[in-house]
Amino acid sequence: MRKQHTHLSDEALVAMVARGDEPALAELYDRVGRTAYGLALRVLRDERHAEDAVQEAFLAVWRTAASFRAERAKASTWILTLVHRRAVDLVRREERRRAEPLADDPAVHESEASGPEEAAWLRFERERVQSALKLLPDVQREAIELAYYGGFSQSELADRLGVPLGTVKSRMFAGLARLRELLDDSAQEGSWKPEFTS
Amino acid sequence: MEAGIHQLTAGYALDALDADERRAFEAHLSSCEHCQEELASFWETTAALAVAASGPEPSADLRERILADVRAEPPQNVVPFEPRRRAVPVLAAAASIAAVVALGIGLWASSLSSELDDARAALERERAAAAVLVDPSARTVSLQAGEGQLVVSQRGEAVLVLHGVNPAPAGKTYEMWIVPGGDIASANRAGLFSGHEGAELERLDGTVRAGDVVAVTIEQAGGVDAPTTSPIVASNPV
Repeated sequence: MRKQHTHLSDEALVAMVARGDEPALAELYDRVGRTAYGLALRVLRDERHAEDAVQEAFLAVWRTAASFRAERAKASTWILTLVHRRAVDLVRREERRRAEPLADDPAVHESEASGPEEAAWLRFERERVQSALKLLPDVQREAIELAYYGGFSQSELADRLGVPLGTVKSRMFAGLARLRELLDDSAQEGSWKPEFTS
Repeated sequence: MEAGIHQLTAGYALDALDADERRAFEAHLSSCEHCQEELASFWETTAALAVAASGPEPSADLRERILADVRAEPPQNVVPFEPRRRAVPVLAAAASIAAVVALGIGLWASSLSSELDDARAALERERAAAAVLVDPSARTVSLQAGEGQLVVSQRGEAVLVLHGVNPAPAGKTYEMWIVPGGDIASANRAGLFSGHEGAELERLDGTVRAGDVVAVTIEQAGGVDAPTTSPIVASNPV
């Protein structure tokens, strides 16, 4: 697929979308759509529902691009939060949902990305996040994974795990804060690497 | 209680709050700078979790369905243009984009040197342009020649969004003009750009006033003081 706007940042594309520029939205989809769909599929475990969540999220991007503030968040982050919110809303509405959210589906991960570079970057990023998750205390990792990938609310988790709601809240906060720290550390390591390898 | 509601930032970033707590947290968020900052950084963390979930490609028609959705509804911010006067003759005779595209074929590689432009300065210009686009009080003005739009803020800051402009041929540049009253003889320089594959987002130097026309011509590299060729892009009068 031809890349149309490669010299423009995601944030500039969102500003163009705010002025009704359709090619800019198409380019944002080409950049973020695959990750968005992978996320929605992980939460919803159903291709049709996952596509619906992505479709609704991109329509929300089209409608609300003018309210996006680049000083607050990266554009890709904003889009992924919209996708996740839609996916979670849908999964909570579905009764047949969430058989085993923690099960890692290797077939899902091994399909190739659009290009070898993108595939390598995704693999690197996935391994970075997964190794950071492994360093969390089990109860914190469990709370984060069940919430983010499983779509469970804090009170649903308290019921499921048989612990007080306050415990779930503090596990989630401590876990996410620790994960942020671990990812910051590994991002710094990653950024120093080229100095030694080149 | 205060500590309690701050702690909900994590649950909110993970979309794990129940409906009533979500509402309570959003009400709190609007007035709590600490939580806004915390949330912004937690969202970067959850975005990493999103990337880690990446899987197979969606079906090809998902892209088409999204674009069909978008075409089916009117853009939110675009102020429909109402012509105030007839098109200015000299600009109405603007050279077709097709001619420029033909000129550009085979020559675009020579613009690679422009890729070495100070990337930071380019990013700054891009941010300044984006700021005008998202300004809700800025007006959209349609083009009488060329594909795209002109956006003008109330203070007269102007941004051109262009499609279908190829990189400028070797030894040439695109030059932007602010043309008072549409009289090309009095055109004022408004900046240069080298052109890219695909879309162009350019902030003009200078101030655009009511009745002005914005135009783009192809000139010798480095630019000229007055247009020497027919415009390839011309806006309607602002």
